[in-house]
Parts: sequence; C-alpha cells; structure tokens
Amino acid sequence: MYVAVKGGEAAIANAHAWLAEERRGDASLPEVGTDAIREQLTLAVDRVMAEGSCYDPDLAALAIKQARGDLIEAIFLLRAYRTTLPRFGASAPIDTGAMTVRRRVSATYKDLPGGQVLGPTFDYTHRLLDFALAAEGLTPPAAAETDPGEDAAPPRVTGLLAAEGLMAAEEASDAEPGDLTRTPVTFPAGRPLRLQNLARGDEGFLLSMAYSTQRGYGNNHPFVGELRQGDLAVCFTPPELGFEIEIGDLVVTECQMVNQFHGSRTEPPQFTRGYGLVFGRTERRAMAMALMDRALRAAELGEDVEAPAQNEEFVLSHSDNVEATGFLEHLKLPHYVDFQSELESVRAMRAAVEAERQRAPAQAAARQFETEGAGG
Amino acid sequence: MSGYNFAYLDEATKRMIRRALLKAVAVPGHQVPFGSREMPLPYGWGTGGIQVTASVIGADDTLKVIDQGADDTTNAVSIRRFFARVAPGLRTTERTAEATVIQTRHRIPETPLREGQVLVYQVPQPEPLFRLEPRRAETRRLHALADYGLMQVKLYEDIARHGRVGSSYDHPVMVNGRYLMSPSPIPSFDNPKMHRSAALQLFGAGRERRLYAVPPYTEVRSLDFEDHPFVPLRANGRCSLCGAGDSYLDEVVTDDRGGRIFVCSDTDFCTERQTMREAAE
Repeated sequence: MYVAVKGGEAAIANAHAWLAEERRGDASLPEVGTDAIREQLTLAVDRVMAEGSCYDPDLAALAIKQARGDLIEAIFLLRAYRTTLPRFGASAPIDTGAMTVRRRVSATYKDLPGGQVLGPTFDYTHRLLDFALAAEGLTPPAAAETDPGEDAAPPRVTGLLAAEGLMAAEEASDAEPGDLTRTPVTFPAGRPLRLQNLARGDEGFLLSMAYSTQRGYGNNHPFVGELRQGDLAVCFTPPELGFEIEIGDLVVTECQMVNQFHGSRTEPPQFTRGYGLVFGRTERRAMAMALMDRALRAAELGEDVEAPAQNEEFVLSHSDNVEATGFLEHLKLPHYVDFQSELESVRAMRAAVEAERQRAPAQAAARQFETEGAGG
Repeated sequence: MSGYNFAYLDEATKRMIRRALLKAVAVPGHQVPFGSREMPLPYGWGTGGIQVTASVIGADDTLKVIDQGADDTTNAVSIRRFFARVAPGLRTTERTAEATVIQTRHRIPETPLREGQVLVYQVPQPEPLFRLEPRRAETRRLHALADYGLMQVKLYEDIARHGRVGSSYDHPVMVNGRYLMSPSPIPSFDNPKMHRSAALQLFGAGRERRLYAVPPYTEVRSLDFEDHPFVPLRANGRCSLCGAGDSYLDEVVTDDRGGRIFVCSDTDFCTERQTMREAAE
C-alpha cells in the first residue's frame, strides 16, 4: 500500500548536497573566486548591495557565489545577514554635492559648470557580442585620464534651476526619518519612507512601474536634470569621542529628474523634482527610483491619482523582491490540507446538485432547455 | 551555531516582539504591527511564526513543529532543524502532549491542548477582509468600526449561489465578540478547536508585519447565520492506518484507476492510536 511520502530529513540533506555539487559545476575548471566576482561582476555586486541594503562588496560577492548567480537569492542572503548586525548609531547625512564624480551627465543643458563627464558607461557602445572577450588573458589598455581639477565636485543642476526660482523648493525637515526595517509601514507612508522603500525595491519592478508612467499611466514629463556617480566619505560621531571621524567610502549614483508642473491656485508654474539615490553604479535603478518618487508625489502636488505607479500603497507593498519571491515560491510548500477541504467542498456541492436532479429530473431538464434556449 | 544569539534573534528584537505579543493578548484578535525582521528562511515559509517562537522560547522548552498536521513534512523538518541549530539546549519532540510550544502551518493538533501550552500559527495573510477590500488603510478603519458587513454579504452570496459557505479553509472567526480574525489557512474542521482552548494561541505574519493572539479560554466563533449555521467539513471516511473516524483526513491516491485511501493528517495522533491498538492486541 502506498503511504504518504516520509523521510523529509534525508531528502533535504541529499538535495543540499546535490545543490553544492551543481554550484561548483565542472570540477576540472577553476573555481570562481569571490574577489573575481567583486572585481569583474561589479554591477551585480552593486545591485545586491543596493537591494540587500548593506554596503559590503565582499559579502555581496560571496552571496552571489553562494546563490549561483541568482541575484534575488543573493539579495536575500545579504538581507538575512544584515538583519543580525547590531546598530551603533547613525552616520551624518552624506553630501552628494561634495561627491568626487566619475560620471556626471545632464540632459537639460548642453554644457554647464563642471561639464559633462561620460565616465565608464555602456551608453554609446554598440551592443555587438565581443568575441575577443571569450579569449582569456587580454588586459585592456589603460583609459586616458585627465585631472578634473576644480571640476571634481561640480554644482548640482537642480541648484542652478532653483537659483532662478524655477524649481519647487523641498520642505526642509529636521524630523527623525522612519525606518522601514524596524517599524512596519502604514499608509499614507510619506516621502522619506517611500524613498527608503524605492532605494531597495526590486530593480525590475521599479523599471516597469517607471516605464508605465512614460507610457501614459500617470502623467509625467521627465528630464534627467542630472545623473552623477562617484565616491563619497561617510562620517560618524562616536559618542565616546565627541567629534566626527571618517569611517569609510561609498560609491553612489544620484539622479535628479526635473518634471513640469503646471502650477496651482497658490503656486506659479515651475519644475518639480523626482529623486533617486542608490548604492553603487546601478544607474537604471537610480533613474527608475527618481521617476517613481515623482509619480508618488501626485497626491501631494494635487494631481489625479489614477495609475498604479501613483498609488503609494500598491507600489510600496509590492516592490520588495525578498518578500515577493518568498511568498510566490511558498506555493511549492504542501497545501494538501487546504486542498482536501476544497475537494470535499466541491464534492458536497456536486452531490447537492446531483440530489436535486434525482428528485426532480423533469424540472432539471426543463431548466436545461431554458438555458440552452436562452443561449441559442 | 556560533556567532548568533540564542534562537537567532538578538534580545532587543525578542523583547520588541514580546511587547507586541502582550498587546495582542490584551486585545484578542486585533492585528498588532511589529518590526518584523528578515529571517534566514523565505517570507511565506513561516517567518512570522519563527519570530514568535524565537521570542517566547527558552532553553527549558520542548518544541514541536508541524506542517499540514505532520512532523515529517519538509518545511516542518527544516524549521525544527533551524531551532535545533540556533537554540542550544532546546528539546524537540513530535508528541503533542510533550510539547510546550507548537509551531504550526495549516492545522491544529487533534489531541486537545492543555494549559501552559503555546500554539504558534504561521500566517500568510493576517487581514481577513483582504479579498473584499485590498487597501489596508481602509480595512484598519473597518476593524476600528467593527464594520464587518462586507464579510457577512460575501457569506450570504456564497449561500445564495452555492447553497453553502464557499470558504472551506481560513474561514473567518469573531474573537471575543469584537474582532474579525483570520484563523490562518486551517481547514474549517479545525475552527471549533480554537473556541475556549486552554492553550495560548499566537499568530505571526512576517511579510505583512502583524501579530495577533487568542488568550486561553477566549470565545472564538466561526462567522455564520442563525438559519445557516457553520458546519465544519471533513472527508467522509476512516483512517486506513489507525481507523480514526473523527480526525481530519488526507486523501492519498493509490493508483491511476481511481483508487484512494484516507490517512490522518495529524501524524502524531495517528501514530499514538496505532501504538495503542498494537498494545491492545
């Protein structure tokens, strides 16, 4: 007689052993090192750090290796590690205006103070597979370098617009921002929590939602005011020292989208800001975040809230890929208890219909005729 | 496992969860928001239940973990092994009577629980109204006003269309005459076991960041109508292994010609009965 599957313990151990073997792949080939991942798969490392909410390239590289390159799995690993870390305090706010830029472009001005700096970008490459890369041992020649001099920390483009009164001012606030990793979000969440959520939201989700605003679901006329990428110092004041010290460097990407705003009864027409700031060089997510920030400001700016991208609760509740993938994949877990009760419920309903048919076959036939008649 | 605190979570986090649980116990059936943490197991696989268990368990406790009523389903094995790794000294068991804390997914054990036991439910969706009103800002208002008309209408429509209530599991309950609550996706067969249970019942929803509770001996009524009373459902049969005619049964398909048998979903209950029967023979 067949009896329900037993031996979960042994099955799990065997599955994990197989997984470890699959992860290693062909053992006659050299194993990929975490340092190689950190140095050569930098954009994957950046994405894992951004969505894992943890700036540590070495741990991100380890997570990518352990996850066999599945970035969402790697993000999950890093998040689960991060959550166990004690918190010593909060750093001083970083100043992106003081950033040493490696890349800085503006779509709104042809030239501007500080100039356009393309930096290491895929933009303007022809997407042709480079078969020479398949051959190993080629070290590319060093790229030409110029000393940026005083242009190393250029002024922000949105600052130039603001000086002319064309940029809507942001309300300054000294309020302590919330922390969505410690306090559950309630709605309306407000902009600081929205930005926190977007900064670690799934890149694909942000991209698609932002794209939907460009296609008319949520009115939006964005320009890239400025996109800048580079290094920043992180400063912290330990209570026992009482003065600020530098504790490390971050690579970040900041995007400021400039959007038209027709004005209201109380405000003249001007531009409004959509803001994106992310760990690493993940430019696509910085841009998507900026579009989404602006879309989610619809209610605040008195615009109609009609599209999904403008719906704060919808966007914030579904952006996190660790939450989403866990819940989606939990459908693999057994559900046979629930399914059994569904089975009994459907059988009971069918039995009731059958009993009625037995009791009054003529009536049932008449009703069937009516239904068919109505259909014809 | 070195490098981690007892039961994985740090003490400050456990204290935060216990404070939320105290509030939940004080307001039975009310969903209390809490600062749910990322756990090393995925969302939807029991992170809420694991955090609750981690917060209430001590080294002198005995833990039982079940999924679909069984101790040997893979997810139950995985969670039990997790606690064995991160909670040194903790004893684990498969016997309902021996356990002080029981973490469950989708079932309530057949053996009646006693005072001092804690039943921890894994909850995928704490909001009982979510299919009828997806906006949580709005459902919070409905709970505040105890406005449960939406659910009454849904049950009425089920009866009008199908002659019976459509929800065969996760059938909503009224707790202490005040809050509408999701019992988690347990079969409606298990709902009556919640009513005036001697055990403390705690519910954890990790992804949705909500906790709720039913203190011992609290009234838990399955939502129904006077002329259409709530009827729990089970397969009409007996367990092929232990002969039980009153337990919740899983259907096991034995061949491709329609052959099937039924076995107890609660593996501990079934094993106990088989042992007793063998001893009698």
